[in-house]
Amino acid sequence: MTDSAASTRFLNGPTVSRAAVMEVCGGQTHTILRWGLDQRLPAGMALIHGPGCPVCVTPLPILEAAIALARCPEVILCSYGDMLRVPVPLQGDPQERSIDLLSLRAAGADVRLITQPLQALQLALEHRQRQVVLLAVGFETTAPATALVAMQRQALELSNLHLLVAHVRVVPAMASLLARGESRLDALLAPGHVCSVIGLTEVEQLAQRYARPVVVAGFTPTSLEQALHLSSRMLERGDHGVRNAYREVVHPNGNPRAQALLAEVFEPIDLAWRGLGLIEGGGLALKGAYAEADVRRSLDRGATAAAIAPLRRLGCALETSTEAPGASLCRATEVLQGRCLPSDCPAFAGRCRPEHPLGAPMVSEEGACAAWMHYRHTR
Amino acid sequence: MSQENPEALIRLGHGGGGTLMRDLINAEFRRLYADPALALHDATVLTDTSGVLAFTVDSSVVQPLQFPGGDIGSLAVIGTANDLAMAGARPRHLSLAVILEEGLPLALLRRIVTSIAEACHRCGVCVETGDTKVVERGKGDGLFLSTSGLGVIATPRPIHPAGIEEGDQILISGDLGRHGLAILASRHGLELHPPVLSDLKPLWPAVQALLEQGIRLHCLRDLTRGGLAMVLQELADVGGWRFAIEEEAVPISEAVQSSCRILGLDPWHLACEGRFVAIVPAGDGDRALDVLAADGGRRIGVVTAPAQPGGGSGAGTVIVHTPLKTTRRQHPPSGELLPRIC
Repeated sequence: MTDSAASTRFLNGPTVSRAAVMEVCGGQTHTILRWGLDQRLPAGMALIHGPGCPVCVTPLPILEAAIALARCPEVILCSYGDMLRVPVPLQGDPQERSIDLLSLRAAGADVRLITQPLQALQLALEHRQRQVVLLAVGFETTAPATALVAMQRQALELSNLHLLVAHVRVVPAMASLLARGESRLDALLAPGHVCSVIGLTEVEQLAQRYARPVVVAGFTPTSLEQALHLSSRMLERGDHGVRNAYREVVHPNGNPRAQALLAEVFEPIDLAWRGLGLIEGGGLALKGAYAEADVRRSLDRGATAAAIAPLRRLGCALETSTEAPGASLCRATEVLQGRCLPSDCPAFAGRCRPEHPLGAPMVSEEGACAAWMHYRHTR
Repeated sequence: MSQENPEALIRLGHGGGGTLMRDLINAEFRRLYADPALALHDATVLTDTSGVLAFTVDSSVVQPLQFPGGDIGSLAVIGTANDLAMAGARPRHLSLAVILEEGLPLALLRRIVTSIAEACHRCGVCVETGDTKVVERGKGDGLFLSTSGLGVIATPRPIHPAGIEEGDQILISGDLGRHGLAILASRHGLELHPPVLSDLKPLWPAVQALLEQGIRLHCLRDLTRGGLAMVLQELADVGGWRFAIEEEAVPISEAVQSSCRILGLDPWHLACEGRFVAIVPAGDGDRALDVLAADGGRRIGVVTAPAQPGGGSGAGTVIVHTPLKTTRRQHPPSGELLPRIC
């Protein structure tokens, strides 16, 4: 059914096992498959697709809360493109059906597609009688902009703007994948955009702690190939540590202004990523006075009981491990951990397709399953 | 809104069939008609209908109503005329139904009608019949247009994807993605640097030029919704063909390329409104390219063989050869194009 030549994960040679390199970021997975870089890897290398797609790993309880909030007539729920299409299983549905925010919008809910978080601020200013909820997702790349919203909200005393925060941190997730050792990872490609914000210190500590080569990579085919060859050379020599193959964008110190915004507004928390389970320090939460903007607190005042009930449930659900969507066929959890290829899943390209995804990795262009579907599947 | 002059807005009464509607038609739409005396008549009579006719219909619901490089009016007319051109027909006659939303500024309507008139002129079509309705505020999106087009077939046979043959060459008339990106950017308030204008333009002149050179046109298809990826897949599916496409040959401007990189969009998925794919016999490929190259046309691939042994319809395959000497399969987009998160 699928192109076996593109299978990258498994042993090929008679004696020598291949070195397993994980590209952590979904944007990189997309480039690799679109340009067929997996067809011309350095000798002895196999690729494992990582979990770095914020749409794919946003915890299910947060999505359930977003769905419940969007159902409240007084709420304007806003978020970014792909987030609106993530299927959320309907609890207790015998047919294992799911719902997404775009379907809710079709049924009359006020769900808005935004492209930058400050648009949520604008909505709250324009609709003072409504409750505007920003479902804020993404890695350290998008979190600084959310921090700006939180600060502006405070400055403007916009009590009808609420943040449902699902920001995640990449390096703790990389550490978690290396620590559990279920899938043997010999080297990692670190996401360049995240490193352009956080710098190289955290990544350096990770590389030293687990004694692995980590190469900071960009997103163009050329940049990724360079990074792959660099990691191949490091593996050959038995080196570990960090190499920066994305110098044009990533400064060793990162972006101090963005870091300051993050430090001002957020604090790291343990968070259960969808498909990966609990990750120590894997999420960000609003801290101090900014926590007033957290939808779980801010809606308590001035909203209806109907809007508050789902938030109460959310409160205790966030720290528990969440599994892939109800459909028992779906192996998104293993795909996200690099333990199987999308084509190994029995639902792939059959019951699960981009137009009706079962698991989150089929939703976003950056999800490994969607990328396989687009560029590998032969129908 | 209370300060607005109510005279300057569309009111429900404009669709009521009375004098208000008559005055609106006379003031705004009458100038579009081939025979203005017919603007208020029930039906038009076409007398010059010799030859084989092509007939098509289109609904236009675009938001925003005006976008960089066009508006809903020019889009409706040119889109309909282009559909006729893709069947090998010279566009001739147009019907125009407008559904106006209560509260639409008359000034905006006037600008769009002017744009319709200009587009009709560019396409060589005349509005022969029309209809005007008004819906309550909140029940329309400002303005919907529905257009039907009649054209006269100018090719020996009507053009249809069933005409594709093994060994044919696949050409594209210009670069990808400008219309889709321009719409997406203005809908979501994205400021693109450099700015990108819609590629909206009539396609009949290019088709006519190909016919004048004696090019045998096995198939034509405009690259509208779904973009190049959708069009190639649909055409491959008709005869169960395998298409081999050279990625490097597909023209994409640097402006579109860089915006797509930032937004996480695939230029192959973006709609065009002034581009088409032409599939021609290998022997005609060079001459077809001579005609199309002036506007940025390129030869992008070939019809290699039936995708399945023995051929047949269904399950065609589009194989893309990348400049890195790798291959991929190109699938169409699944639904609405959404900018990605990071």
